[in-house]
Amino acid sequence: MLVRERITSTGIHAVLIAYSMLALFPLVLIVINSLKSKKAIFRDPTGLPVGEAFSWKGYASVLTNSDFPLYFGNSLIVTCVSLFLILLFGAMASHALSEYRFPGDTFLGLYLILGIMVPIRLGTVALLQLVVDLNLANTLTALILVYTAQGLPIAIFIFTEFLKSVSREIKDSARIDGLSEYRIFFEVVVPLVRPVIATVAVFSMIPIWNDLCFPLILSPGEETRTVTLGVQQFIGQYTVNWGAVLASLSVAILPVLIMYVIFSKQLIRGITSGAVKG
Amino acid sequence: MFAIYPIVESLRLSLYQAGEGDGVFVGLANYARLVGEPYWAEQFWNAFKNNVLLFAMHMLIQNPIALALAALLSIPTLKGAATYRTIFFLPTLLSVVVVGFIWQLILSPLWGVTPAFMNWLGVGSFFKPWLGLESTALITVTLISIWQYVGIPLMLFYAALLNVPEETIEAARIDGLNGWWIFWKVKLPLILPTLGLVGILTYIGNFTASFDLIYSIQGGLAGPNFSTDVMGTFLFRTFFGFQAQLGDVHMGATVASALFFIILIGVSLYLFGVQRRLQRYDH
Amino acid sequence: MKVSATKAAVAAVALCLSGTAAAQKVVISIESWRAEDQAIWDDLILPVFEEQNPDIDVQFTPTTATEYNAALNARLAGGTAGDVITCRPFDNALAMYNDGSLEDIKSLEGLSNFSDVAKAAWSTDKGDATFCVPMASVIHGFMYNKDAFAELGLEVPKTEGDFYAVLDKIKDDGGYVPMAMGTKDAWEAATMGYTNIGPAYWGGEEGRLGLISGKAKFTDDGFVEGFRQMARWTPYLGNGFQAQGYTDSQNLFTLGRAAIYPTGSWEITGFQENADFELGAFAPPSKDADSNCYISDHTDIGIGMNAATENKEEVMKFLAWTTSAEFAELLTNAAPGFFSLSQHDINVENALAQEFVAMRGQCEATIRVAHQILSRGEPALGNQLWTITANVINGSLSPEDAAKEAQANLDGWYKP
Repeated sequence: MLVRERITSTGIHAVLIAYSMLALFPLVLIVINSLKSKKAIFRDPTGLPVGEAFSWKGYASVLTNSDFPLYFGNSLIVTCVSLFLILLFGAMASHALSEYRFPGDTFLGLYLILGIMVPIRLGTVALLQLVVDLNLANTLTALILVYTAQGLPIAIFIFTEFLKSVSREIKDSARIDGLSEYRIFFEVVVPLVRPVIATVAVFSMIPIWNDLCFPLILSPGEETRTVTLGVQQFIGQYTVNWGAVLASLSVAILPVLIMYVIFSKQLIRGITSGAVKG
Repeated sequence: MFAIYPIVESLRLSLYQAGEGDGVFVGLANYARLVGEPYWAEQFWNAFKNNVLLFAMHMLIQNPIALALAALLSIPTLKGAATYRTIFFLPTLLSVVVVGFIWQLILSPLWGVTPAFMNWLGVGSFFKPWLGLESTALITVTLISIWQYVGIPLMLFYAALLNVPEETIEAARIDGLNGWWIFWKVKLPLILPTLGLVGILTYIGNFTASFDLIYSIQGGLAGPNFSTDVMGTFLFRTFFGFQAQLGDVHMGATVASALFFIILIGVSLYLFGVQRRLQRYDH
Repeated sequence: MKVSATKAAVAAVALCLSGTAAAQKVVISIESWRAEDQAIWDDLILPVFEEQNPDIDVQFTPTTATEYNAALNARLAGGTAGDVITCRPFDNALAMYNDGSLEDIKSLEGLSNFSDVAKAAWSTDKGDATFCVPMASVIHGFMYNKDAFAELGLEVPKTEGDFYAVLDKIKDDGGYVPMAMGTKDAWEAATMGYTNIGPAYWGGEEGRLGLISGKAKFTDDGFVEGFRQMARWTPYLGNGFQAQGYTDSQNLFTLGRAAIYPTGSWEITGFQENADFELGAFAPPSKDADSNCYISDHTDIGIGMNAATENKEEVMKFLAWTTSAEFAELLTNAAPGFFSLSQHDINVENALAQEFVAMRGQCEATIRVAHQILSRGEPALGNQLWTITANVINGSLSPEDAAKEAQANLDGWYKP
C-alpha cells in the first residue's frame, strides 16, 4: 500500500514537473535573451548570456530611462484601482442579482451580460469622444473607468455563478441574527466567496496590465503612459530593439506576479476559513 | 454606460453607409453585403470557421489539460502545489508581444531551437515551418494560445475542486472508492457548473481575446493566405483599415454586430440550456 | 510598490511644474510612425528649428508603425491628435483630407521646391489641393554582403541573367543562403519582391500609368512576368522561408548567413549598426543588357497640418521650414536612406546611401505599382498583392492566376 502510494505520488510529480518544464522553457528563454545583445539572440537563442553574448544594454535602456518608474506607477495605479472597483461593484451587483428578486432583475442581469459580448474596443472612437467631452483625455481616470466597465460584466458573470452555490441557510440565519444587509454582504458573503474574489481578481488584472489599445488612444501623454505603452518606444517601423523589449517586459511581469501570489494566498486562506464556517 | 454605449453605437452604425454628414440609413443592407458579396462573405465565413475550430481545439485540448492539472494539484497530500500553480500561471501573465516573439523564435526554422531539439530526439525530419504553412498555422497558434492561457481555466477548476466539501470525499472513501473514482464519481459532478462556466468563458474569449495573439504572431492579414484569420482580426482590418486598405466604420460596425449576435446566441444557449441542466445535477 | 507610486507622484508634480515654467512657449507636437527616429528628431532636427523660433517648442511623439493609423484616426476623431501629422502617401492621407482632418496647404510657398511627381502623393486627383509637404522617399533595390561576394568571386549583377547566375553560384557553394526573404509577413514578398523587380518587366511608369488609364492589364505579359520572377525566387530562399518573418530576414542577413537581401534604402541605418561585414547595394536587374533598369523611388513620407490645431500659425511656420534646404539636408543625413523629395541640391554623406542615390542616375524611376488610385477597391490592391505574391512564392498560386486575381479585383470596381 505504502509503496503503491509512493509510486502514484512519483507519477503525479513527474507529470507536474513535465508540464512545468513546458511552461517554463519559453520563459527561461525570454530571461536569457533579455540579457543578450540583439545579435547574440539570433546567433544562438538557447545560448547562455555569457562572454561576448552578454549584454546589460536591454535592462540599462529600461532602468536608466527615468520615465520608467513613472510608467510603472501609472500601470499600478490604473490596475489596482480598476481591480478594486471591479471587485467591489462586481461582488455587490452579483450579490444583489442572486439574492433579491426585484422588478427588472433579469433585464439588468442580461444588460450586464451584454457587456461581455462586444469587445469594448469597438467603441474606441465613441469612448474617446465621451472621454474628451468629460474632459478626461490623458488622465488615468479615463483608463480606470474604461477598464472597470470592461472588466465588470465578466466579473459579475463569474461571481453570480459562484454566489448561487452559497447556501441560503447561512445568509438567512445571519438575517435572523439581525445583521443588516450590508453586514451580511461584507461579513458573511464576502468571506465565503473569497476564493472567487481572488479568481476574478487574477482574471481581471491581466488584460488591464497588458493592455495597449486604450493607453494608446485615451492617454498617450507622457505623464500618463503605462508600461506597455512605454515599451512601444523600442519597437520601430523597421528595427526593433528586442533586448530592451524583452528586458522591459520581463521586469513588467514582476508586479503582476506579486499580485498573483498575494491573490492565490487569499484563495487558499479563503477556502480553509470558508470550510470552517461552512 | 461605458459598457453599453459601444454596443448601441456599433449597432446604429451598422445600419448606415458612408455619405453626407452622419451617413445614409440603409437598413440591413450592410448585413446583406456581409453574407452576400463574395469579398465579404468569403472573409466572414473563413473567420467564422477558424473561430469555430479555435473554440473546438480549446475545448478539447486546453480545458481537459487544465482540468487534469487542477485535479492533480488539488490532491490534499501533494507537496509543492503552490509552486506548481504559480509556474503554470506564469505564461498567462506575459504580454502577447513577448509571447509572440519567443514562440516565433522557438519555432523558427532559422534559429534552430526546435530543429535542434527534434534532431536530438531523432525526429528532426518531421520539422516543418509550422507557422508559415496554411495547413498547420492555425493549430500552431492555437497551441501557443493554450500554452499561454491554460492557467485561467486551471485556476477556476482548482477553486471549484477545493470547494468540494471534505465530508463528501471522506464518505466516498469510506465507501471504498479510490482517488481516481472519487474524482470521476464525486468531484466531477459537483464541479459541472464550473465546467459550464469555463466553456462559456472559452467561447467568449475565443471571439474576443484571440485577436491579440494572432495579430502579434501572424500580423493583420492573418497569414499565410488568411488561414489564421478570426473574427477579431477581420474586424480590426475592416474597422480600422490595414495598410493600403482604409478603414470602413460602417462595415466594421456590421462585423462587430454580427460578432455580437454570434456571442449572444452562444451565451443564451448556455444560460437557458446548459446551465439549467447543470443546476439540476447540482441539487 | 509604494516606492514607485511615490516616485510617480513626484514625477507628475515635477512635470506640472515644468509645464508652468514653459507656459509662454507654444507647444506643437508631431504625430509619426517612425518610432526609431525619436533620437534623430529630438537631438538633430528639432533643436535647429527651435533655435530659430525660440517661441515654439516642437515635440516628436511617435506611435508604433503598426498601430499608427488606427491610433491616429481615433485621436483625430476624438480631437486629441497632435498639431503636425506625418502623412502616409496617397489614399490614406487623401482620406484624411477628405474627411477634414488635414488642412489644405497648397498656399505654402516652399512647395515650389518639390516636383509634381512628389506632390502627387499628397494631392487630390485633380491636383487642386495639396495637404502634406513631401518629406522623403525610399529607394528599392538589393543589399549584398560584400565579403561574401569577394569570397565567392562574384560580381554585382546588372541583368536578370547575371542575377540568377550569381544566385546559382551562391546556392552551389552552399555557405550562404542566397537570398534572405521569407513569406510569413507577406509584405516583403510584394514590396521587396514584386514591386522591386517588376517595373523592369512592365516598363515602370508606363505600365503603372497604363493600369490607371486602362491601357494595360495585370494579365499583360509584363505584369505576369513579374509574378513568374517571384516563382523563380523560391529555390533561392532559406530553408523554411514560409515561416520566416521580416525580423528573421533582417537578422539572417546581418548575421552574415545570407548573401543578398532584397530591400530598400530604409534599412541603411539599422544594417550599418548591426552588420560586421561591408554592405553594398545594387539596383534591380534589367531584363537584358539592352534594356533599362528601373527603380522604385517611392514617395513614402509627407508632413501636414491637423485641421483642428489651435496653433495654425506656428504649424505653418514649421511646415515652411520643412520645405527648406536646411531641413532637407538635416533629414537626409540624419536618417540615411530616407531621401528628401525636395529639389534642393543635397550632399548625401553616407556611402551606402550614396549607392542608392546613384541608382537615380542610372535607372528609370517609378513608385510602388498599386499605391496611386488602384488601391481603392475591396480588397485594396496593395494588400491583395501581399497575399497573392506570397502565395506565388509559396507555390500555392500560379503566376498567371495571381495576375488574373489582381485584374479581377480591378475589373470589379475600377473604371479608368
